[in-house]
Amino acid sequence: MHSKSISRRRFMGTAAAAAAVAGTAGFPMPAIAQGRKIRLGYVSPQTGPLAAFAEADGFIIDRFMQQVKDAGLDYEVIVKDSQSNPNRAAEVANELIVDDEISLMLVASTPETTNPVTTTCEMEEIPCLSTVAPWQPWFIGQQANPTDPSSWEPFRYAYHFFWGLEDVIAVFTNMWGQLDTNKKVGGLFPNDADGNAWGDANVGFPPVLKEKGYSLVDPGRYQNLNDDFSAQINAFKGDQVGIVTGVMIPPDFTTFWNQAKQQGFTPKVASIGKAILFPQAVEALGDQGNNLSSEVWWSPNHPFKSSLTGETSRQLADDYEAASGRPWTQPIGFVHALFEIALDTMKRVDDPSDADAVADAIAATDMTTLVGPIAWNGEGVPPFAAKNVAKTPLVGGQWRLQDGGGYDLVIVDNQTAPEIPTAGKMEPIS
Amino acid sequence: MQWIDTILQGLLLGGLYALFATGLSLVFGIMRLVNLAHGDLIVLAAYLILILVSALGIDPFTAALIAAPVMFAVGWALQYVVLNRTLGDDILPPLLVTFGLSIVIQNALLEGFSADSRKIPAGALETQSIALGGINVGVMPVLTFVSAIAVIVALNQLFYRTALGRAFRATSDDPVTAGLMGIRAERLFAKATGIAMVVVTIAALYLGTRANFDPTIGPARLIYAFEAVIIGGLGSFWGTLIGGIIIGVSQAVGAAINPEWQILAGHIAFLIVLLVRPRGLFPRTVG
Repeated sequence: MHSKSISRRRFMGTAAAAAAVAGTAGFPMPAIAQGRKIRLGYVSPQTGPLAAFAEADGFIIDRFMQQVKDAGLDYEVIVKDSQSNPNRAAEVANELIVDDEISLMLVASTPETTNPVTTTCEMEEIPCLSTVAPWQPWFIGQQANPTDPSSWEPFRYAYHFFWGLEDVIAVFTNMWGQLDTNKKVGGLFPNDADGNAWGDANVGFPPVLKEKGYSLVDPGRYQNLNDDFSAQINAFKGDQVGIVTGVMIPPDFTTFWNQAKQQGFTPKVASIGKAILFPQAVEALGDQGNNLSSEVWWSPNHPFKSSLTGETSRQLADDYEAASGRPWTQPIGFVHALFEIALDTMKRVDDPSDADAVADAIAATDMTTLVGPIAWNGEGVPPFAAKNVAKTPLVGGQWRLQDGGGYDLVIVDNQTAPEIPTAGKMEPIS
Repeated sequence: MQWIDTILQGLLLGGLYALFATGLSLVFGIMRLVNLAHGDLIVLAAYLILILVSALGIDPFTAALIAAPVMFAVGWALQYVVLNRTLGDDILPPLLVTFGLSIVIQNALLEGFSADSRKIPAGALETQSIALGGINVGVMPVLTFVSAIAVIVALNQLFYRTALGRAFRATSDDPVTAGLMGIRAERLFAKATGIAMVVVTIAALYLGTRANFDPTIGPARLIYAFEAVIIGGLGSFWGTLIGGIIIGVSQAVGAAINPEWQILAGHIAFLIVLLVRPRGLFPRTVG
């Protein structure tokens, strides 16, 4: 990770000497940064429990480097591993800023990674681009007092693109609307940042469900890595719940689903966030994962092209599968888009060391990436977060068991983003 | 009816906790070694079973049968080569070494198997259940509970009916005198850890078929195991089973009131037992 170019001290020294010379000679100062290598810092969870999110990072960064080299640009990407640990994420962010003197920080994958890095950047006044975390935990989670909306402040240097809780609620209820159900919803919300946000009586599922005529059975917040869901299953059975939803970690969903089947409870619909994001997690359910539904942020069927390589979503996914021998995953599109926006931004900046200019350039972004159009224009975002959050489209999908084994994610609802084609209709779990 | 169901499910969960705890109880009872890597060793065994299942296409129970002697050898070598060196008057070195071992196992597994959530496939058995007059009980949880009892009966037979068991008990009570009688503590300890690893393999079989596991999931399972051992009283295997059941049932009852109470109820039951019987319910030695 060490590079041989000028250290900060030497740079300051030379710059001061040059300035002195230039001053005495009366020549106009040339922009020091011209032709200088542009350094991007990137933090993601490459090891630890969140590592599945960062699986494709190497593949995407290699391609990015190839693209910029072919274009004759001088870029360096310094990658740091957060080890799925928020403290470590803040520490490596500091290293990138202080030791590596990056011009722009990129960060992805879950609030545990994005929040400490964004906060560090905001403090150190380094521009930061962030993604793959719903915007509420990202924006509200970093506020000094998350419970008091009047105290919330926008960020100067931090910009985020992803969807929000309101989108996932809309997608889930749209999917349920396709089926004839008894409109009784069972909630499985753990006692963590996601679970508390989803189950929140003001901004979470409960008010929207009530408005749409669904009744919610919420037995209460459980602890992650739970070994027994009998209490929830009994509560759901007692109220004849037909729809199960929640935001669970993969081991808990497997425990719940197996116990539910053992105890004779099979809901018509199970729309679960987080747990069934990755094909590996669904495959771990054996043949019990058919028609489970979840949110889809990116898929090979998304009709967008890369501004970097001109590839379609399908081509990128196929290339990844061929190169790695592993199935595509949703974060691939977003990490790719992160680098697309970084390049686009830096192209519009004269002096990469000018943090304010870079931040302004990010704010002025207006482009189409692999995950859709990106512009920080406040569209669909409440005023307090409008400056820092750009939303990407979200649709709903179902996992379908294939004849030869393995699962395929089929998009079944696009009422929230009609430009993304569906490949099927919602089917009940049997 | 719902309460009977709740308590029954909690009882079966207790069987799983007892399986987690028995290996720990065995190692602690004989050599006063607190193995902080116990949870990670369970995960290691789960991966071993997973490899056997996917490579040989056999069912998980046969795979566990093959994995058990392998894990015995791992435990034997681990104790003989590493852990024996840490035993002594100071209780800190074994803690530090097993803590380090825990991190090493997690990262080695991460390197070898990536961070993917995995599960041992048990086919139709996963979701089968038996109807007991209106209550559905899963076949796997029942098997788990029965296995926990079988393991404890077997260990008690070993401890109280065989020469090896006598040597275990003698060394545990008074290592110096046992040494004078010609018992070589190092080899005995290695055998004990080997046996503990066989129990770990059985625990891994049921953990791996019940829920997903990944390389970092081990330590989370350790706390209930510790509590079960302490509730039961150090060195008593039946006590460990009762300890597991107490935690399982308290959690189930707590969860039935409100899922927020689930984990807390288990911890509270543990504290109450500690308050009333500080040495656990069935301490093996008195004084």
